[in-house]
Amino acid sequence: MARAVSSQRKLLNTLIAWSLGLIIFFPILWTILTSFKTEAQAINDPPIFFFFDWTLENYAVVQERSNYMRFLWNSIFIAGGSTLLGVLIAVPAAWSMAFVPSKRTKDILLWMLSTKMLPAVGVLYPIYLLFIELGLLDTRVGLVVVLMLINLPIIVWMLYSYFKEIPGEILEAARMDGASLKSEILYVLTPMAIPGIASTVLLNIILAWNEAFWTLNLTAAKAAPLTAFIASYSSPEGLFFAKLSAASTMAIAPILILGWFSQKQLVRGLTFGAVK
Amino acid sequence: MGQINLKKVSKSFGNVEVIPPLDLEINDGEFVVFVGPSGCGKSTLLRLIAGLEDVTSGEIAIDGQDATGLPPAKRGLAMVFQSYALYPHMSVRKNIAFPLKMAGLPVEERNRRVEEAAKVLNLTDYLDRRPGQLSGGQRQRVAIGRSIVREPEAFLFDEPLSNLDAALRMGMRLEISELHKRLETTMVYVTHDQIEAMTMADKIVVLQAGVIEQVGSPLELYKRPCNKFVASFIGSPKMNFVEGEEAAKHDAHTIGIRPEHIAVSSEEGLWAGKIGVSEHLGSDTFFHVAVEGFAESITVRADGEIGLEYGDQIYLTPKLDNLHKFDADGLRIE
Amino acid sequence: MATHHSRSAARLMMAPTVILLLGWMLVPLIMTLYFSFKKYLPLRGGDLGWVGFDNYVRFVTSSSFWPSVATTLFIVGCVLAITVILGILLAMLLDQPMWGQGIVRILVIAPFFVMPTVSALVWKNMFMDPTNGILAHLWRFFGAEPVEWLSQASLQSIVMIVSWQWLPFATLILLTAIQSLDSEQLEASEMDGANHLKRFWYIILPHLGRAITIVVLIQTIFLLSIFAEIFVTTAGAFGTKTLTYLIFQRVLESQNVGLGSAGGVYAIILANLVAIFLMRIVGKNLDT
Repeated sequence: MARAVSSQRKLLNTLIAWSLGLIIFFPILWTILTSFKTEAQAINDPPIFFFFDWTLENYAVVQERSNYMRFLWNSIFIAGGSTLLGVLIAVPAAWSMAFVPSKRTKDILLWMLSTKMLPAVGVLYPIYLLFIELGLLDTRVGLVVVLMLINLPIIVWMLYSYFKEIPGEILEAARMDGASLKSEILYVLTPMAIPGIASTVLLNIILAWNEAFWTLNLTAAKAAPLTAFIASYSSPEGLFFAKLSAASTMAIAPILILGWFSQKQLVRGLTFGAVK
Repeated sequence: MGQINLKKVSKSFGNVEVIPPLDLEINDGEFVVFVGPSGCGKSTLLRLIAGLEDVTSGEIAIDGQDATGLPPAKRGLAMVFQSYALYPHMSVRKNIAFPLKMAGLPVEERNRRVEEAAKVLNLTDYLDRRPGQLSGGQRQRVAIGRSIVREPEAFLFDEPLSNLDAALRMGMRLEISELHKRLETTMVYVTHDQIEAMTMADKIVVLQAGVIEQVGSPLELYKRPCNKFVASFIGSPKMNFVEGEEAAKHDAHTIGIRPEHIAVSSEEGLWAGKIGVSEHLGSDTFFHVAVEGFAESITVRADGEIGLEYGDQIYLTPKLDNLHKFDADGLRIE
Repeated sequence: MATHHSRSAARLMMAPTVILLLGWMLVPLIMTLYFSFKKYLPLRGGDLGWVGFDNYVRFVTSSSFWPSVATTLFIVGCVLAITVILGILLAMLLDQPMWGQGIVRILVIAPFFVMPTVSALVWKNMFMDPTNGILAHLWRFFGAEPVEWLSQASLQSIVMIVSWQWLPFATLILLTAIQSLDSEQLEASEMDGANHLKRFWYIILPHLGRAITIVVLIQTIFLLSIFAEIFVTTAGAFGTKTLTYLIFQRVLESQNVGLGSAGGVYAIILANLVAIFLMRIVGKNLDT
């Protein structure tokens, strides 16, 4: 285990790692800093790091001009809705595969995974057409459904891998104690799997929040989430770095915070349990 | 009432028949122990009774009512699992109350019964703890508490003591026996430990490879084992078996004699031999004796202070009244 | 190991997931296949009848097909190489004892949580803008002429942006794998006289083999379909049109659905070729 290392060595490690970490993090840091500058300071040469006139003006402008709150609400609705719906559908399926496995369980799991591999662009037009036919184009409900379907395999997989760690005897005990299937899942399995369910929810909110194919192609003004809100800044209009930064900061801040909490589960979720 | 009847019950997993059709009757109030080596199907048989597994064919009746297709929740049985299977996210109180909650009992009634069970099982001080904060023995008692509050028709125990250390196991054995005496409810108990079977059971069911070898009271099995398997499985240390010439003298293919039924002398006796390994238990001493002309060594019980050692000459005389005779198929000859 | 009751309950409870995913897979797939055999121009006459394999042939023979394949492979290849190599080095560094390890970890992982449109925009404007971007400032500071990143070095720029996004993923997974390496194994090899380089080559790298494969496969599947980064930065100009982007343009911009669908079928086949390998690894893992 922990081996004694000279403090010189440790200092060197620390220096290198911190430098690299800060370089990698720099674009995010710079965006956050710039969001508090005036437009003139934002493009100042040489760049100003900390000694500028901190201002919140950009945030006010962004909210006023493009109604940030509406996009934010759309993002929350779509990411949260698709995740919750997905979990509701996936919990029973994961229960089945974890506790009543059959010869086909493995094949079904792998098949579910394979649907995740379907390139979105390959089915873009059919989905687009179906959305028009069903009146789902540019609606939040439509996106909730699509993102739920995209992430459903990951949700099932993650829940399955967490459920597998719960001893089957405990569920059998519940059955012997007179619990119906509903009570068994509600009172015994779910509370025991809360940590696993929470990390599944967290990871899927992140994935849905950042999804930028369907959200760009299936929305216009009404249901557009933050991904589209940001994309609308891609055509520059004069001095706008500070406002772009403010908008970006607002788009990534919520998920950055969630993401830091879920970094451990990230590996498991994204590798389908192949790396733990 | 807790009468359980199995009629031609069998179980297969895929193409593997783990329990060929068998019949068994468990009477109300009886303490029945299923005993056998691991993999003999005793746990599967218990799970069939519990309803955690489907029978492949045959019928299970509880109190005369057909229960073959009933889900476990509807059979009115309670089970204590090997791993205790306590709900880790609930306090002891909630664990014990869970079956009552499932049965839809009002809160006051639930509390009353939980308190009562806790008092009986010495758990009153631990009611608000989580299972993770309890010792093995306490967890075991919580598992039992959870099963008794519902006042089931019968209790099913699946190797409940195998996770406890030796000292605790003795104590829990007594507690379960006492519980049975007081509740007078049917108990079906699975174990691989013949000592548990002998000390607790009213009726022992010896199983091997899914087949019932013998059913009877502990003393019946001890005195009149119906075949070599039962004879060697019941009793500790194991019965000695002698084949060949010596057995032929008694008109048998094999004769069996328990270590405690052999007289030991350093001067004279029927069989002469040399002492091999000896195990001193204080009250008793067990000698493994290499008898001249026998293929295998003979284990004998002697007095704790007999004063013989490795390599000493010893003479053994089996008590003929306690001699068991078996034919070539291993079946008992009367 | 279950009863008839629980098995039928299991089937019932699995049904919604299976039916939904089956529908999600089959309906669009069949529609895509259907359109791919048609001349279908929604804005210019709609359904103009069956054309057999025409679309497939036209898609492959169009002048933008091979460049788009080359672009796709270039981006995927470069990003994979960069993220895996840097990922291994970073993971090994992060596994060393240091002060503030948790914070460094968070700094390194952060880019993964930035939505693709944001990272593309931030890089495009604040870093790669030829007059006001940080990189331009830096170039001028050293007396060099600022580079017009997205037009002069468009592919390299996109590789850089995408690598920045995916480096955290590779690092995180490889770090998890390194941490699962039994330290006694390393100590034993040290006792056996292996130096740092040999320990890396004979013990650490083989141990990471599986994790590297998984990183490569999963990233490949995601990288094959990167969209937002190109949509926001160059919109497919300056030789950055990937296969995905080409299909997107055929379908939504020029509304040639038949042609685009044929392209979609190619993309599906390509993704499946990669997926088969990934599934094999994941499937093996399920058995244990």
